Amino acid sequence: MAHRSLPTIRSIGASAIDNVMRLGYATRFIGLTIAHSGTSFARPGLIIRELYFTGVLSLIIILVSGLFVGMVLGLQGYQTLTTYGSESALGVLVALSLVRELGPVVAALLFASRAGSAMTAEIGLMKATEQLSAMEMMAVDPIARVVAPRFWAGVISMPLLAAMFSAMGIFGGYIVGVVLIGVDEGSFWSQMQSAVDVREDVVNGVIKSFVFGVAITWISLFEGYDAPPTAEGVSGATTRTVVTSSLAVLGLDFILTSFMFRGI
Amino acid sequence: MGRSMLDLWVGIFVVAGVAALVILAFKVGNMSSLGSGETYEINANFDNIGGLKPRASIKSAGVVVGRVKSISFNNERFMAKVTMDIDAGYKFPKDTTASILTSGLLGEQYVGLDGGGDDQILKGGDTLRLTQSAVVLEKLISQFLFDKAAEGAPAK
Repeated sequence: MAHRSLPTIRSIGASAIDNVMRLGYATRFIGLTIAHSGTSFARPGLIIRELYFTGVLSLIIILVSGLFVGMVLGLQGYQTLTTYGSESALGVLVALSLVRELGPVVAALLFASRAGSAMTAEIGLMKATEQLSAMEMMAVDPIARVVAPRFWAGVISMPLLAAMFSAMGIFGGYIVGVVLIGVDEGSFWSQMQSAVDVREDVVNGVIKSFVFGVAITWISLFEGYDAPPTAEGVSGATTRTVVTSSLAVLGLDFILTSFMFRGI
Repeated sequence: MGRSMLDLWVGIFVVAGVAALVILAFKVGNMSSLGSGETYEINANFDNIGGLKPRASIKSAGVVVGRVKSISFNNERFMAKVTMDIDAGYKFPKDTTASILTSGLLGEQYVGLDGGGDDQILKGGDTLRLTQSAVVLEKLISQFLFDKAAEGAPAK
């Protein structure tokens, strides 16, 4: 009995040690990326190019999803609030749920699947086709030239995308609530403005999306950089990027929320 | 895609993102109404603050004149000490009464200030002498019941 279960135990132990080692490597990787960021700031053209791929190309999905999420919030919120005769609080409901939670989180999930997976696939393929090794041969540091610009582009574009998502969602809630259903426009905006605090709600939302941006780009770049240089390896890494980033975003969101909105 | 097109698109993206942040700060949030204007601090001791919370509004005649800064417990007098930030543009006499009121039946609690007739005005750090506590529903009901019982009792 004992020696039959031994291989299982051994493989569990091996995978645990593997994962801890990968975590250590990932930490070293992010440290290296930040340490080698000088080139990207000296040549902003590198970051601008990556901003186009991570930010501009994610615009459509972020704006359209934000609009629809806001419209659904307006519709559902109206149905619930009207039971209590307080449909004038619709603006508060839509704005607070978007600015505090849905904006940063849903935008981050979309960002992970739209831009994160593309980053992993790109870097994984560069590695598989030995472009990264070629760079090293030419004395070009692939971390400074390939990884760092992508990292900063992701970190910059995530808060902007989340803000656009929230703004678009509030516009969607306004269209459904005020224009289509007929909630009073004055109370929609004035109640929203008296309930949403810039420091407590808007700034905390931006901090959240910044943290998510760091986490997603870190995971995507590392998975790509660490991917086995085969077709299978790259596809597996892309899948892992989306799964791990989504889990990281949701887990971090709980931790950040419990720090930020304590006792209010 | 040419270099200038790339720059143009990224420029549009950054401008749109910053515009969204500005909209969130000014149109959605209350950056414009609750500015960083000058305020002065006054204190008031209440027997019971009910559900008053920091950042609740302070109103006088229905106009928002400030925000509750902090709430603590006064160890010497066994009362709640409420510190309030009042907008420097609003002046109140020394004998102002502070009371804890509720907006609507189930609304949020706020502090109401009623000016008195004193010539001197409140300065930063002053403590209000006259306060009225929050209405506690249980006390109200028990008082009502006592009154009813007293009515029903035969007069002596």
